[in-house]
Amino acid sequence: MATIPAAKIRFREPQIEMAHGAGGKASRRLVEGLFAPLLFGASPGPLGDAAQIQINGTRIAMTTDSFVVKPLRFPGGSIGELAINGTVNDLAVSGARAEAIVVTFVLEAGLPTEILEAEVRAMGQAAGKAGVRIAGGDTKVVEHGKADKMYISTTGIGRLLSGVEISPQSVQLGDKVLLSGPIGDHGITILLARGDLDLEADDLRSDTRSVFPLVDSLVQAAGAGVRWMRDPTRGGVATSLNELARDCGHGIVLFEEKIPIRDSVRGACELLGLDPLHIANEGQFLAIVSAELAETALQSLRATPGGEEAHLIGEVREQPESSVLVTTLYGGSRIVDMLVGDPLPRIC
Amino acid sequence: MKFVDEFRSPELITKAGEEIRKLADPSRHYRIMEVCGGHTHAIYRFGLKDLLPVNVELIHGPGCPVCVLPMGRIDDGLALAAEPNFIFAAFGDMMRVPGTNGSPLEYKARGMDVRIVYSPADALKLARNNPGKHVMFFAIGFETTAPSTALTLVRAKAEGLLNFSVFCNHVTIIPAIRAILDSPDMRLDGFVGPGHVSTVIGCRPYDWIAKDEGKPVVVSGFEPLDILQSIVMLLRQLRNGEAKVENQYKRVVPWEGNRAALRAMAEVFELRPYFEWRGLGFISQSALKIRASYAQWDSEQRFTVPGVRVTDPKAAQCGEVLKGVLKPAQCKLFGRECTPEQPVGALMVSSEGSCAAYYNYEHRKPVTIASAAAF
Repeated sequence: MATIPAAKIRFREPQIEMAHGAGGKASRRLVEGLFAPLLFGASPGPLGDAAQIQINGTRIAMTTDSFVVKPLRFPGGSIGELAINGTVNDLAVSGARAEAIVVTFVLEAGLPTEILEAEVRAMGQAAGKAGVRIAGGDTKVVEHGKADKMYISTTGIGRLLSGVEISPQSVQLGDKVLLSGPIGDHGITILLARGDLDLEADDLRSDTRSVFPLVDSLVQAAGAGVRWMRDPTRGGVATSLNELARDCGHGIVLFEEKIPIRDSVRGACELLGLDPLHIANEGQFLAIVSAELAETALQSLRATPGGEEAHLIGEVREQPESSVLVTTLYGGSRIVDMLVGDPLPRIC
Repeated sequence: MKFVDEFRSPELITKAGEEIRKLADPSRHYRIMEVCGGHTHAIYRFGLKDLLPVNVELIHGPGCPVCVLPMGRIDDGLALAAEPNFIFAAFGDMMRVPGTNGSPLEYKARGMDVRIVYSPADALKLARNNPGKHVMFFAIGFETTAPSTALTLVRAKAEGLLNFSVFCNHVTIIPAIRAILDSPDMRLDGFVGPGHVSTVIGCRPYDWIAKDEGKPVVVSGFEPLDILQSIVMLLRQLRNGEAKVENQYKRVVPWEGNRAALRAMAEVFELRPYFEWRGLGFISQSALKIRASYAQWDSEQRFTVPGVRVTDPKAAQCGEVLKGVLKPAQCKLFGRECTPEQPVGALMVSSEGSCAAYYNYEHRKPVTIASAAAF
């Protein structure tokens, strides 16, 4: 195999910070400035959620993700479920049905076996529900204090669905933005589950789930019009759409009143000074769909179990270039940027 | 959601916008200062400038307690907490503020024990749960947050909890407003008064602005309708040639303020003879320090503070932006050397900072037909 000529490293920061893992601007700088030049060569093209590989004429998608979450268990799920659903979803929004997953555990010495057992059970259940096979894995144990109880990494491969060709370059002016359901459930659930805040929201749960059934319905009903998809995890909807805006050069305008969000999430965000568009989701996805097929796309999601709260939340316009704008019914608007670092609650 | 949705009603907001356009005299150019950084953020976050006619200009005031702290105070706090058994505790807002050798988050990445707390009571809890460590709470804020710091110190003393101290950087709002009005660069027509500070100090402290300086003040809430309504009230006063203090935020702000909060502050704090403010220089009687009766819980009385004065980088124009003389985008470093990820000054990272508000919400907005043709 020919060696890839390494491009110039553009990452100039002397040390790695928490922000580099938060999924926003800093993460992007690290990936584009250090990993991409060294591993993908001088012009890697836009970086998506999964890689596409050709083997003997068959197109396969492959992706990997790691899961570091505290607390391990929270209303609506646990790290094990996130680990399976997260990888299944990365494949789904790349237009692929997940076929098999391998799992790596990094476990902290002293971890009670019952905790590990609970997570492995959860992973088995999530995999069964998502229709994906767990094909193997690896385990390492590190000293007490060197891992937050457990880190899980999953790598998945999947078969690309026919009838869908997605790339940021295919996004056109006038295309619509489709969102599968309410935002912010997962991130706020985790924030509250940490117990640092004196806030409770009894009805709030993580939205972790496989979005493949919804993606499948969408592709079957409107595949020809689907230009791009992404699951808005760390960094939220704002980060995913900003990445798209940068990659395609167009502007993305969102209509604030159309964005579905639960009252408890909205309330928590108001109190803490957080923007729901920056909060992580683990069971939703975004799609850009042609104007002609947007309504069909929306109805296909709403007719699928779990997609009842899908909404068309915006459209692709010429301005503001490479940026995301949120407009209100009374005529006010604001730019929404990628997340910078971790969302930090405000003071007064 | 109660108290939020009613004040975000698109119909009422549109109506308020129309009322403003009716009241604004086309032959005048109005310069209204919103003192509080929270108002600056709300204005940009809700896109309220899009609704104002071109001759109603909003000037951003210095009401950002993080922004007005000179870099030397951040350095002092971080130097104090550099001891191996110290925990540096502060509000999330402090975490990315640049000191000379990095922000608290960067110090954390280098190994210092830095924790985000949501209230000083949380910092006290940290001290209780970590008897082998000393928790230093870096206290910031105007009169809004000073009472909770005061109450926490009262509790610490009552419990005799000695592994806790406060590095106090509370400042008071009136001297800042006075410094703005005394400044020759500033010509202002009126003020949108700080909403949350007023819940503590009430509305009386602004009387002199109306009586002696002849400028109307309307204490405002933070929802879009609150701010627009306050501008309507200001324009009405200006049209009638009036200058008085009004309270638009009646549902939260009591005219007389909060006696209990003021008492707690008086018990624990006294005024420093003077304090250095970024942009405004040394102002006498403008900041709080912890009384001798609470010396054990005052980081400055208990430990040695380096006290080095650090001037802002030469090219940075934080001071002028804080005073409202420059708009954020007019600072030479804005968006180039100074961005939210690589901030030169606190105004670019604080949730009350005008540069941060402008950068995050406004500065890449397309000029809409409406705003171009306004008035």
